[in-house]
Amino acid sequence: MSKSRLRVSAAALAAALSIGLSSVASAADTIKVGILHSLSGTMAISETTLKDTMLMLIDEQNKKGGLLGKKLEPVVVDPASNWPLFAEKARELLEKDKVAAVFGCWTSVSRKSVLPVFEELDGLLFYPVQYEGEESSKNVFYTGAAPNQQAIPAVDYLMNDLGVERWVLAGTDYVYPRTTNKILEAYLKAKGVKDADIMINYTPFGHSDWQSIVSDIKKFGATGKKTAVVSTINGDANVPFYKELGNQGISSEDIPVVAFSVGEEELSGIDTKPLVGHLAAWNYFMSVDTPENEAFIDTWHDFIKDDNRVTNDPMEAHYIGFNLWVKAVEKAGSTDPDKVAEAIIGLETPNLTGGKAVMLKNHHITKPVLIGEIQDDGQFAVVWETEKEVPGDAWSDYLPGSKDIVADWTPPISCGNYNTVTKKCSGQNY
Amino acid sequence: MPVRCLSRTGLRARLIAALLLIALMPGAFADPGDFQQGAALIAENRFANLEDGVALVAASGDPKARQLLLALQGSDLYLRKSDRTLVIAAKGADGYDLTDPLTGESAGTAASKRELKRIRINNRLRSQLSAAIAGLDLSHQDPAVRLSGVNEMLANLDDDGLKLLRERIQVETDTEVREAMTTAIALGDLDSADPEVRLQSLDVLQGNLHPAVRGAIRRLIETDADPEVLKSAQRVQDSIEFKLELYSLAETLFFGLSLGSVLVLAAIGLAITFGVMGVINMAHGELIMLGAYTTYLVQQLMPGHIGLALLLAIPAAFMVSGAVGILIERGVIRFLYGRPLETLLATFGISLILQQLVRTLISPQNVPVANPDWMSGSWQINSVLSLTMNRMVIIAFCLIVFSALYLVMRKTALGLQVRAVSQNRAMARAMGVRSARVDALTFGLGSGIAGVAGVALSQLTNVGPNLGQTYIIDSFMVVVFGGVGNLWGTLVAGMSLGVVNKILEPWAGAVLAKILVLVFIILFIQKRPRGLFPQKGRAAEG
Repeated sequence: MSKSRLRVSAAALAAALSIGLSSVASAADTIKVGILHSLSGTMAISETTLKDTMLMLIDEQNKKGGLLGKKLEPVVVDPASNWPLFAEKARELLEKDKVAAVFGCWTSVSRKSVLPVFEELDGLLFYPVQYEGEESSKNVFYTGAAPNQQAIPAVDYLMNDLGVERWVLAGTDYVYPRTTNKILEAYLKAKGVKDADIMINYTPFGHSDWQSIVSDIKKFGATGKKTAVVSTINGDANVPFYKELGNQGISSEDIPVVAFSVGEEELSGIDTKPLVGHLAAWNYFMSVDTPENEAFIDTWHDFIKDDNRVTNDPMEAHYIGFNLWVKAVEKAGSTDPDKVAEAIIGLETPNLTGGKAVMLKNHHITKPVLIGEIQDDGQFAVVWETEKEVPGDAWSDYLPGSKDIVADWTPPISCGNYNTVTKKCSGQNY
Repeated sequence: MPVRCLSRTGLRARLIAALLLIALMPGAFADPGDFQQGAALIAENRFANLEDGVALVAASGDPKARQLLLALQGSDLYLRKSDRTLVIAAKGADGYDLTDPLTGESAGTAASKRELKRIRINNRLRSQLSAAIAGLDLSHQDPAVRLSGVNEMLANLDDDGLKLLRERIQVETDTEVREAMTTAIALGDLDSADPEVRLQSLDVLQGNLHPAVRGAIRRLIETDADPEVLKSAQRVQDSIEFKLELYSLAETLFFGLSLGSVLVLAAIGLAITFGVMGVINMAHGELIMLGAYTTYLVQQLMPGHIGLALLLAIPAAFMVSGAVGILIERGVIRFLYGRPLETLLATFGISLILQQLVRTLISPQNVPVANPDWMSGSWQINSVLSLTMNRMVIIAFCLIVFSALYLVMRKTALGLQVRAVSQNRAMARAMGVRSARVDALTFGLGSGIAGVAGVALSQLTNVGPNLGQTYIIDSFMVVVFGGVGNLWGTLVAGMSLGVVNKILEPWAGAVLAKILVLVFIILFIQKRPRGLFPQKGRAAEG
């Protein structure tokens, strides 16, 4: 590097520093909250809504007088569905904007990408989407469902209430479906399901030619035993999948499909006639009739100025996460990440579907599990729910590698990956 | 059942007994009062009561029962919020026309769905409803309805259904329905204790491919003790298995051709712009996307005419994408002829701009494009082989587009000029061809065809800003494999890649099949760099 260029970059550094300092100065009268959701690219479909949800929640909190006497100030960045850019933007939020907490990410790969940044800079991330588990970071709070809060109860429902004996595990080819299906396969085998009665299938992102797969499912289901599809197919690949099911004449009565990634948002704007009766497992449905949910939907419609917009499960997760964070900051009397992380454990806040969400020692929360059937208006009718909230389990009990592992972020363990047999913390935080 | 002995006692006792029976066993026997009572239970709109209500209505024997159950099954049954009565709603001129299911008479109108509350049903109810409706169908006046009723019952046959079938077959007049009933009864008779009856049933079921029949025969082979029956069952099963394999092969071929026709549609515009003109157009996918969005917009303009809108979208998409194509050619590409790398980068930039334009102007989310009725469902050839309508329409559409394009290139003055310019630009100009105009029109033609492909794709996949990206690689693959500059090559390459992909898919999985096809093409290009149908003559050397 030549001298002159060195000088230029030094000047740039100084400029960056001074910008950083000035933002610290202005931060004195507001508390900054980072919002890390893709506003462009493939994930924009799902994540834009979450950005708006956060803006609404912050807006509502400010109407109530802010937090610790200060106004909250949202800082929105766009990681553009680009996984490495997630890490850069996270760094920008923590180093440059000095945000008190970040709410964001959707796909597991984006979360894995920002994780080292949050651990290095000691930030707080609230992650609102159902995921595959096998992780618990000191700096991340998982407000979406772990596998035992979505996948396992859904399989139980199919097995016990619908008498399903043959299983198709269909998913998109990436980490969440692969891990979830591994857990489900182990679980089904533990319940005595034979190898021949399980069919596993993976497809690429955005797969659109479902003819062969649907025809295979049809053949697999034609043996006389009750068959169901457990779908971890992600994103918009679901639309041609369900269309093909409808066209090939597979109805929800013959072979029901229970999906973990299809919610109100995904159904809005598509013709749901061929989907009626298929199932989804979530911790929240827009159709649930509670005063809290009604108020939330009204606020959302007022904020977004469109009465046709739907609410969905990750939105509720952000609602819970944000409320827990607000309570923790109030309890700690500070936005310091370490103090907030300590204060937040054990705090509780109402769910939108009734009951309470409690932040557990493993940084997961308690959630009710609901199974809904798709109706032709794009909403779900709840057909089954757990009696009480299910505590989120970071490390699956059904995988040989993680059976003995627990996460506990309170002393004396203070570890995200603690082996209860060897009494050792692996040292890695996730 | 103690009904007969009760009938010897007094009238009042009989009445009480009958009422008790109705209360304890909904649907035990027909009574017009059941219909009212069942409807009242349904009107309570709770899953638990709905089941009893449906059972009562189904068994009531009331002529209006079928209509009520069909409405419930089709989610057309509502509670009117104002007076909490049941109504059947159908979309009318303004709002909804309501019918009272109890009397069958009109019950006024509702301006919007907000005045109504839908009676929701779940899967258990749906199965119950199909079974109940199938039972009622058996006495319907239309033989087609009776036939579908029998087929519905075949799928989950129980003792009650079998009893009903034995009754109805005595009075059935239609031969086809009688045959179906005979099959269903034979299926039930497989459980008979008499080996002779089982043998006869097997004879009836010979060659039947219905899943229920296959399941029953498989069970029979596993459990039956009679050697004679076993032998016969094994023979029946073998013949079924052979047929199944044959049909499965036909199905794979159909899937392959349908995937192939999508590939050909996506690639054929590129075969013009890249194949004939030599322009590497990375924005080709976005031109397809624009065609798909045009379909969406045309549908938005004509709500209620989905099919007509789709047909109108074909010329509209051709114009839109063609116009954008000409704009790209005149604005950018014409300055870059002979500089393929820069063309590639510039058109890649254009593709990003077009994507972002759609995101900003319309929505970053996918938009819904409706399928007309004649593109939904499938043509059921028999119980294992059915060809989906949308795929058949697309295959036909692909062939029509291909023929039209082929005729344009071979039989029109424009086609002649295009070929002349692509073979030897200088000579063509010397002969008086305005090569700049031909370039623009050719690019417009290729782009317009991409737009038409977009109309077809909008019926199969999601219409969103990223639609084009999914197809750009596949399109180049097909054109290169088929041989640059050859329309026939594109057709053969697209179709064969589709079929190969579908043959590989069942045993390799969708991901690996795609990889294998790519590897195959790379190896093929090593051996024959000019593709399946290389261009011959002087142009090929240049």
